[in-house]
Amino acid sequence: MYTQALNSAPEGQERNLEDAVAAARFQARVDSEERIEPNDWMPAAYRRTLTRQISQHAHSEIVGMLPEGNWITRAPSLRRKAALLAKVQDECGHGLYLYAAAETLGTSREQLIDQLLSGKAKYSSIFNYPTPTWADIGAIGWLVDGAAIMNQIPLCRCSYGPYARAMIRVCKEESFHQRQGFEIMLTLSRGNEDQKAMAQDALNRWWWPCLMMFGPPDTASQHSDTSTLWKIKRFSNDELRQKFVDATVPQAQVLGLTPPDPDLKFEDGHWRYGAIDWDEFRRVIAGDGPCNAERLAARRKAHEDGAWVREAAATYAVKQRAAA
Amino acid sequence: MSTPATPLWEVFIRSRNGLAHKHVGSLHAADSTLALQAARDLYTRRGEGLSLWIVPSHAIIASDPADKDMMFEPTASKIYRHPTFYEVPDEVGHM
Repeated sequence: MYTQALNSAPEGQERNLEDAVAAARFQARVDSEERIEPNDWMPAAYRRTLTRQISQHAHSEIVGMLPEGNWITRAPSLRRKAALLAKVQDECGHGLYLYAAAETLGTSREQLIDQLLSGKAKYSSIFNYPTPTWADIGAIGWLVDGAAIMNQIPLCRCSYGPYARAMIRVCKEESFHQRQGFEIMLTLSRGNEDQKAMAQDALNRWWWPCLMMFGPPDTASQHSDTSTLWKIKRFSNDELRQKFVDATVPQAQVLGLTPPDPDLKFEDGHWRYGAIDWDEFRRVIAGDGPCNAERLAARRKAHEDGAWVREAAATYAVKQRAAA
Repeated sequence: MSTPATPLWEVFIRSRNGLAHKHVGSLHAADSTLALQAARDLYTRRGEGLSLWIVPSHAIIASDPADKDMMFEPTASKIYRHPTFYEVPDEVGHM
């Protein structure tokens, strides 16, 4: 992903080039499953859509470290602590792979991070929920990472090469996350009554927000049509949500836990779920979730507290170059 | 809030001896020492390799995709560069 510098074509040039012939050639390449690489011609809207999607994805990985980071110092054993530390470190790595992929589209890392810190950019609604108990760490690994995997596996075949390559690395690492979460839930659900109740309570709180992770229903999603045409998206929000529910309900049965949905029933080979509270989704996305302010404040503080380190490293690098 | 851009580096990993270094991704770092440490943290968390190369991204000279036909098409038209172009009688066996 070394093409950032080559990508800074002067504004306006893009528009002149964006004629019907180039657009048709681009679509033909996408249709024949060719990958688009950073220096290839692409419609301005494709570049914009991908920059938005990949950077939101990167921000989600970075903000996603916070709810789990909450439990690193309080993990119940050294084994759990080492695993959680490794998982949170992975999330950071995923954020960095994704920022690098987004940068190949011509937006700098500094701009992307400023968009997150200023509140202009969005990130996944799920990370605005709190983690009050240890069972939440199990629920996040099992459900949140499980939902993320459903979303991310099709992205490994996304038409944009750098995004697809980043997702292949992410998916390889993500399956450990889901298994470690499930193992925590399994241990709790086979423990004493209090532990089992703690696991059920975590499932109760995470179930619906996880279903919302797949985004608005197909009837209301504003980005799906062109994303599908451009082969950024391979399955609709509702299709992925159904896949997730079908995969997860049997796992809950193994745990002896019950998803908090009285309407959940098995029908025509699928687990049909009840109505999702989309007002809650819209509130959380708009900034009014339980932890939005806390998450952004934590990111801003980390960025500001690290300013002297970036400054010192930059100054040292300049001195080293002068001495060479 | 914005800070001056931190240089971009490309990371190459040799997964095991006998294989070439392969490009795996990029990262930002102020200097080569920090770049090497960051590459180790970011790209080798699960035994991905035995050796790392870090190259400043600006040092890479890339061909222009628009020149793709001029650069690479002629190799497709010169089929006499491939062994299958030449006829050898069956009785000669493998050659």
